[in-house]
Amino acid sequence: MSAQFRQDFAVIANWIPFGAKVLDLGCEDGSLLKFLEGSLEVKGYGIEKDDAHWLNTLKQGLNVIQMDLEAGLSGFESQSFDVVVLSQTLQAMHNTEKIVHEMLRVGKEAIVTFPNFGYWRHRIQLMKGQMPVSKTLPYEWYNTPNIHLCTIKDFDEFCIKNKIGVKERLILTKGKPIHVMPNLMGALAMYRLVSK
Amino acid sequence: MSEKNSVGLVKAKLAQFTKPLKLTSGKKLPSYELAYETYGKLNVKKNNAVLVCHALSGNHHVAGRYKKDDKYPGWWDNLIGPGRPLDTNRFFVIGVNNLGGCHGSSGSKSINPKTKKPWGSDFPIVTVEDWVNAQAALMDQLGIESLAAVIGGSLGGMQAIQWTLSYPKRARHAIVIAAAPNLTAQNVAFNEVARQAIITDPDFYNGDYYRFKKKPKRGLRIARMLGHITYLSDDAMGMKFGRKLKNKNIEYSFDVNFEMESYLHHQGDKFAEEFDANTYLRMTRALDYFDPAKDYQGNLSKAFKKVEAEFLVVSFTSDWRFSPQRSKEIVKALLDNELTVSYAEVTAQHGHDAFLMSDPHYHGILTTYFKKIANQL
Repeated sequence: MSAQFRQDFAVIANWIPFGAKVLDLGCEDGSLLKFLEGSLEVKGYGIEKDDAHWLNTLKQGLNVIQMDLEAGLSGFESQSFDVVVLSQTLQAMHNTEKIVHEMLRVGKEAIVTFPNFGYWRHRIQLMKGQMPVSKTLPYEWYNTPNIHLCTIKDFDEFCIKNKIGVKERLILTKGKPIHVMPNLMGALAMYRLVSK
Repeated sequence: MSEKNSVGLVKAKLAQFTKPLKLTSGKKLPSYELAYETYGKLNVKKNNAVLVCHALSGNHHVAGRYKKDDKYPGWWDNLIGPGRPLDTNRFFVIGVNNLGGCHGSSGSKSINPKTKKPWGSDFPIVTVEDWVNAQAALMDQLGIESLAAVIGGSLGGMQAIQWTLSYPKRARHAIVIAAAPNLTAQNVAFNEVARQAIITDPDFYNGDYYRFKKKPKRGLRIARMLGHITYLSDDAMGMKFGRKLKNKNIEYSFDVNFEMESYLHHQGDKFAEEFDANTYLRMTRALDYFDPAKDYQGNLSKAFKKVEAEFLVVSFTSDWRFSPQRSKEIVKALLDNELTVSYAEVTAQHGHDAFLMSDPHYHGILTTYFKKIANQL
């Protein structure tokens, strides 16, 4: 199984109440949902477009709906989930604004995580004249699915502009929280969002 | 799939019911018979039974062969057998010919015990609800209180849904493939053209053609040809036939010129020989009338309030007769009720007929899902 415990899973679990109803957008092989089911007994549903990922999620005994997130979440009633999660997928979405709004329509809360493009290692690679490649951004420029990369500062502004409330924010590098100069020192950004 | 995973030689059985069946139309069937087949063994707990519901032209012969030299096995043979997705080493599989059918169950063609003559036009119009009630009576007879799963494609998928509504405690899983929560106006329209073809055939005699030793074959043939067009996608037809000619040149006649025509004629002729027109009329009507949301102001989510079963819903991208959008309506109603559901939209070129194909991904989905059910036994 490709399921490797990702550093953001534990933080996400911390932000989800026991027994919550959770929708995981782009759930891949269902690792996060499986983890949340095991640790928090959540009622989980995954959304996955890719056939192979979809089947692997089903193999884990999870609920998985095959659909394209770009089309929005029209099959889901407003406020029908406690938490909607978009884990390291935001940067690969075409309709970035739409999906965040949809998450907050369907969920009482939304959890969004993404690789921080402003991380110093990325900046150095850019200064050296090349597109950054790192643990959180493992692709080359020519094969990356990431089309909407942003920095922590960018995302903060995005939230203000779109009237999205940030309930909690945690910046991680190698699994450790970063408090000083997070936009420079942080590799992974995690946001707990609510509607304002 | 190799023959070695086949259920092998099978025999049809006939179950008799003397308890009258109250029909949705208000009429009553005083007694009736159902033809059915079973594959695999019912376990001691009697909890491993899977009911396979057939679509418009199907029947109880789902898998295996009656005789070694039968040209074709049962209609969903690629799904069922030892080691196949619906594994007969684990499950006891049941296929039933629905009421009004023409393959052994009570229907227009069969003898009305009261008159000792074929029922003909007197056989009542039956609905999906009626079918499910009759199937439940068969389960009673087989000593099966709760089905591990009900599975069906198209009209068969509608029966699987109906099971979870009529008998929420008696079906633990519903596998609903290439189905819809009701027919669109366009679908009803196709059915009506098919019915008109039959009804206006001079050999139809108002449905009592048996008396005159006639069969409205012309009508049934056209109905089937129309049906076949809607079961295939434009792409599938294009790939299979394109504009290929039967002979070398255009013939400047109304005889069969194109391969496409040849295929339709063949399908129509074959069907008109072996199927019964009254059954076709009734099956299409059952399709038209199926609409669980109708008593809930069209709100399917409300209609699904009493559902307890877990669902697997599958659609096919090129199916325009029962499009993925229609399956998503089912999924939404299940989600609205916080039910356990997975939904797959399988990329397929075969149109509505894709549910009968053995596409590896599609069968992988069913294999995985049946394993999950088997692990719960």
